[in-house]
Amino acid sequence: MRNDDKISKNIDWITVGFYAFFVIIGWLNIFAAVYNPENSQNIFDFSINSGKQIIWIGTSLLIIVLISAIDYKFYSSFSYLIYGIIIFICLVTIFLGTEVKGSKSWFEIGSLRVQPAEFAKFATALALATYLGGINIKFEKLSTKLIAFAILGLPCLLILLQNETGTVLVFSAFILVLYREGLSPWFLIIGVLATALFIFTLLFSQQTIFIGIACLAFIIIAYLLLSLQKKTTRIKNVLYQVAITLVSGALCIGIVISVNFVLNNVLQDHQKKRIQVLIDPELDPKGKAYQVTQSKIAIGSGEILGKGFLKGTQTKFDFVPDQSTDFIFCTIGEEHGWIGATLLIIAYVLFLLRLIYLAERQKERFSRIYGYSVASIIFVHFAINIGMTIGIFPVIGIPLPFISYGGSSLWSFTILLFIFLKLDAHRRQILSH
Amino acid sequence: MTERKGVIQIIFIVIGLIFIIRLFFIQALDNRYKQEAQQNVLRKIVEYPYRGLIHDRKGKLMVYNVPVFDILVIMREAKIKDTLEFCSDFGITKEELTHILTKIKQDKGFSRKKPMPFLKQVSVKDFAKIEDVLYRHPGFYAQARTIRGYPHATTAHVLGYIGEINKKNLEKQKDKYYEQGDYIGISGIESSYEVQLRGRRGTKYVMRDVHGVEKGAYLNGAFDTVSIPGKNLTSTIDLNLQQYGEKLMEKMIGSVVAIEPSTGEILAFVSSPYYDPNLLTGREFSKNYQVLENDTLKPLFNRPLMAMYPPGSIFKIAQALVGQQLGVLSPSTSYPCNQSWGPKCHAHPSPNNLEGSIQWSCNPYYYMVFRNIIQQGKHPNKFIDSETGYNQWRALIMSFGFGKRLEVDLPNIKSGLIPRPEFYDKWYGKHSWKHSTIRSLDIGQGELLIIPIQMANMAAIIANKGYYYTPHFIKEVDNKPNDNPQIKIKHKTGVDEKYFPIIISGMGKVVQGGTASWTKIQGIDICGKTGTVQNPHGNDHSVFMAFAPKDNPKIAICAFVENAGFGAMTAAPIVTLMIDKYLRDTTSRKPMEEYVLRKDFISKYRKPIP
Repeated sequence: MRNDDKISKNIDWITVGFYAFFVIIGWLNIFAAVYNPENSQNIFDFSINSGKQIIWIGTSLLIIVLISAIDYKFYSSFSYLIYGIIIFICLVTIFLGTEVKGSKSWFEIGSLRVQPAEFAKFATALALATYLGGINIKFEKLSTKLIAFAILGLPCLLILLQNETGTVLVFSAFILVLYREGLSPWFLIIGVLATALFIFTLLFSQQTIFIGIACLAFIIIAYLLLSLQKKTTRIKNVLYQVAITLVSGALCIGIVISVNFVLNNVLQDHQKKRIQVLIDPELDPKGKAYQVTQSKIAIGSGEILGKGFLKGTQTKFDFVPDQSTDFIFCTIGEEHGWIGATLLIIAYVLFLLRLIYLAERQKERFSRIYGYSVASIIFVHFAINIGMTIGIFPVIGIPLPFISYGGSSLWSFTILLFIFLKLDAHRRQILSH
Repeated sequence: MTERKGVIQIIFIVIGLIFIIRLFFIQALDNRYKQEAQQNVLRKIVEYPYRGLIHDRKGKLMVYNVPVFDILVIMREAKIKDTLEFCSDFGITKEELTHILTKIKQDKGFSRKKPMPFLKQVSVKDFAKIEDVLYRHPGFYAQARTIRGYPHATTAHVLGYIGEINKKNLEKQKDKYYEQGDYIGISGIESSYEVQLRGRRGTKYVMRDVHGVEKGAYLNGAFDTVSIPGKNLTSTIDLNLQQYGEKLMEKMIGSVVAIEPSTGEILAFVSSPYYDPNLLTGREFSKNYQVLENDTLKPLFNRPLMAMYPPGSIFKIAQALVGQQLGVLSPSTSYPCNQSWGPKCHAHPSPNNLEGSIQWSCNPYYYMVFRNIIQQGKHPNKFIDSETGYNQWRALIMSFGFGKRLEVDLPNIKSGLIPRPEFYDKWYGKHSWKHSTIRSLDIGQGELLIIPIQMANMAAIIANKGYYYTPHFIKEVDNKPNDNPQIKIKHKTGVDEKYFPIIISGMGKVVQGGTASWTKIQGIDICGKTGTVQNPHGNDHSVFMAFAPKDNPKIAICAFVENAGFGAMTAAPIVTLMIDKYLRDTTSRKPMEEYVLRKDFISKYRKPIP
């Protein structure tokens, strides 16, 4: 019963509105970030990033038209193929890619430079959604979980080989998706705990943490043993709990040791520095910490109301590196102050909540899983990107979706989002299968 | 599974809230970032104002400004690629470079982001070479400044000098005008007229990008200020007379102060030995200062304001005036020169009346005068009588400006000493001293201490017949009369005008036919008084106080020359030569000038510097 095929009627215009809002905000701030007050440039000037961004926005609109035109069934039907092609391109990039800033993740076609890893996000989301959305798939089964992790793991591995650690981190977004689909909450809890332990490892010496863990375990065990005095408690249960406590303690110590090991032996120096300076910016005031310090200075100097559009000084005079790409949030913070930054964050969170709402209203598991993937991937970008500009997350070079300058990133997020909007527009028809 | 949807939504919201709170801390609560941002972007360019010039009373330039350049460095931006090339560009050695850089880093106010002084006061000639290559050295900037120059190399003790403000003064300043590295007047006119001379510093804030390239004015120059040049001063000094005085005093230790009696304007102010003020300017300042400081003859010592001496016989003039005022002396009072007390008089007729006593500087006469002042016989007890007399005497003496600080417009003036009666009480006991105890005061010896400018001021008082204007050095500020209220006050002495003519007449006879008759000048009526100050440490000091012409005096002057013997021998020729110079711009008595120039009362006191 294809009663109404018109996408314009069924597409979620609220989400489209958010999209348009972010893209325009991004474009204006890219201009502000590169604006040179001395030769008062035009925002349309193609020699600067704001002019080029117009090209990326224009082509993104074409992509949107294209996505809307293609039959919605295409995405589930061809998801494995798309996944396979992207995996192949990623593989090729490892060998033929151009090296930019230490990571071999760019692919040059003529004058155009694209980063295949960006497109791996939506391809993986499609593949995962297709697999888990399959009719006979039960997520509770171990084999299902393993295959799902394999679908996620393969692009991670390739991107890791491209030396693009930041993008790999984005794939952790899928834990949220899997959690929604029935993955044990322990993954989330352990994830949070591991992160906390990770930060403690950086902050305190190994010994201190060990003593801390031992004390905590001792208190818990003491509490458990004291509970034996009550007649209702069973010895078996208590022993079981003690055993769990001991094992968790050992696990924590294991994590600490492995973090130290990874820091000192696995991570490359520049990655290690980026993590260490987060804890202690004074470690290297002119090097890695410089970026974070300057970023915080730019944002902090905006104060409550901001300096006004085009009136910021820190970003446009190049004190903050990558000011139009990864550090675009600095320009917003500097020129529009706490009010502007807060409004943007609120808009972003509302946008993400809207995506969850859309995902939940899907009748098909495939669409829902894909929707959650979109929301989670954008969320992780948002969290890491703003987190790093305000100094609560290590500097990892990933863009702020829709706002940062760059063709690859704008295209890939447009594709990611509009495939979902296309699916959403047809959510009623999917029932008719 | 709906609770899982809720968990995910909560995670999104919590992260958003964390960001908003964190941003509030960074943006709203912490001011540090704003300052850091300004330090990043803003470069403060200081425009040092031109310091006011100083001219003499006839408009001749005495102090001007010499442009120099400070080379500043912002360490954060500085990159020395090739040390050898760098050193040759800046004309320094490698060792000097290391020394300068370590010194910069040790500076208490050291900041990598702020301009720190690298080379100070580079001359225009040296800078011309540096300027061409400065572009090769990022982080190094030139800052134009001025130091002082003295075309006539004279009057150092009046003009004083400038230098960088020290930490103590930087901290204690009230109006917070000065910043580290600013020049400030340290002594002399430079110090007492600092506010007028300095003008106002201008500041410009320019924005720079991360490479240090200028990006225009900050907020369109809203915070910029234009520098305002300092005010020019016209000194009361007569450069011609000053230089002549310095020439005459070249081989003497002592002072000459000349005052225009009707105004209190100081015409000449010689403190000898003196020094070339150009020594205390520029890069050699510290080195030269050390040399001057170590000189045993103390050229930095401002003798007219700070050297305290017993005045000797010129004080008899004050005694004669006070005696008349107190009614114990009249022009006809005569005493024989019986050699009863004191240093031997010059051979002179005896007995003398008041006029004659001045003409011949008769010591026994003033023994009697002072005795009658102190012990007026108004109380049967001689001691109580003496105390009353002494207090009357002291009050009148102090009305001549003795024993107190004259409010001259130079810092660090001494007051001299006219002892309080308590002073003698302490020595001898209350009511245990009388005239004979303190009689050395009669001829200006004993405990009396007077500074040379007070002696010159006494000459002015007599010329004015009983009043004085506080001696001062600055006539005009920016071509408008100096508005210092201090110099407009007519200070009257306690001695009535009617007692002066007989004294003036006596002083006229000193030069016409008395103790200093050999210094008389054809055509100028000079009134003077010689003095020979007993010096227990060496040869007597030679003093001469005078004013001229007798009617409508134009100049009052006193010379005090240490270890130069009789007043008539050294001080009187110097004074009369200067009077001749000032009033007629001639030296009508060449032989006397040669006589003075031949004299040397300094060489044997110059000790080798340890």
